[in-house]
Amino acid sequence: MDSAEAIEMRLLLDAVYHRYQYDFRQYSPASVRRRLTLALRALGCTTFSALQDRVLHDPSTFPILLRYLTVQVSDLFRDPRYFRALRERVIPVLRTYPSVKIWIAGCSTGEEVYSFAILLREEGLLDKTILYATDINAEALQAAEAGIYALKRMKLFTANHQASGAPCSLSSYYRAGYGSAMFDRTLRKNVVFSDHSLATDTVFGEMQVVSCRNVLIYFEHALQDRAVGLFRDSLCVRGFLGLGAKETLRFSGREADFEVLAPEERWYRRR
Amino acid sequence: MVPAALSGRRTVEAVVIGGSAGSVAVLSRLLPGLPAGFPPVLIVVHVPPSAPSLWVDIFAPRCPMRVCEAEASAPIERGSIYFAPADYHLLVEPDRRCALSVEPPVHFSRPAIDVLFESAADVYGAGLVGVVLTGASRDGAEGLRAVHAAGGIALIEDPATAEVQTMPRAAVNAVPGGRVLSLAALLAELVLLASES
Repeated sequence: MDSAEAIEMRLLLDAVYHRYQYDFRQYSPASVRRRLTLALRALGCTTFSALQDRVLHDPSTFPILLRYLTVQVSDLFRDPRYFRALRERVIPVLRTYPSVKIWIAGCSTGEEVYSFAILLREEGLLDKTILYATDINAEALQAAEAGIYALKRMKLFTANHQASGAPCSLSSYYRAGYGSAMFDRTLRKNVVFSDHSLATDTVFGEMQVVSCRNVLIYFEHALQDRAVGLFRDSLCVRGFLGLGAKETLRFSGREADFEVLAPEERWYRRR
Repeated sequence: MVPAALSGRRTVEAVVIGGSAGSVAVLSRLLPGLPAGFPPVLIVVHVPPSAPSLWVDIFAPRCPMRVCEAEASAPIERGSIYFAPADYHLLVEPDRRCALSVEPPVHFSRPAIDVLFESAADVYGAGLVGVVLTGASRDGAEGLRAVHAAGGIALIEDPATAEVQTMPRAAVNAVPGGRVLSLAALLAELVLLASES
């Protein structure tokens, strides 16, 4: 028998879906429960039912709840080995294409997007590449498009960038001022920022690379399989899929669709 | 209160352990003493985000249990020890799989002990044993309270003999029903609990 709280949580996610068309119903329960509990406290509600009432009747509540449900923290060149493998194993193949399309799925506030754009510029491929940067959170997409990060984060970003095998310093890509670092706008010249949900939307183009890191960890099995299916259907034959450092296709139903290119760095290729 | 281990009716489904400063030495004494068929053990040790993944190298050769670093969606199985990877929170799914998250740090740490303990308490309830070890943090106190509130057993390394007493002391204050044990007693208690389940 389910606890009252488990039932309330399910009803709240149903309400969110039917009222706002954001589908968290197949997100991993452990993490959703934790985030809803934090939202509950922050919004001063005592039960998920009370929170549901507010979400349905007070339009200002949903954006706050969405922020809690989509909280994602990344860094530029997070897991530098992933980007080193991109440079060494993926880029040489991309050079052979006349043009390249890359999908950054679940780009949040854009750290991954600028990492890719910088690396592609360093490898001389940015001008012939289109990057699709998608997320479900419009606020996060706006932040991604602005490309402004706290200056104090640059120390870590710079170290990560160096460790990825960069030929120059990260500081050549941003201007510092007022405690912020603003990234060169020409980096996003070929970036299309767009609202896209891995839970409810479909394929939108043929890609040579899909990078989706630390997004699948929040999905239940069925939704993971849906998302990986979208990636497979988006990728050209022999296209590349990159996942987060602790994510694996081993427990998904789609392992057979891919071969492992770099097991430690989590790069796969479509069969 | 009759110690749970002596009541003979409890089934231990899982053990969660949280440690910070000084805890690798403690785990080096604890984990090799756990038999191969022991219930699953999930562990958070505070490490810097960029720490290389060495848990398997350090502990696998010395433990009868299988030692691994938790991967997203991996099933949680008897006889296995799961360490939270650096820079990820570790949680337990209701279908008894590992979940990872990159939500913001808690108590300045990712992984955080509270995050693991709270989600494990939700899933295992009275079948859970929570253990807070040495450390210079407040992390783990809230989590252990959740373990105890859900009917689980709360064990705390004796602050008097812990290398750094801040963390076990915080746990003692937060969980009055927790049992404070020396390291040797802690190991004996865990083995006893497991032998009954």
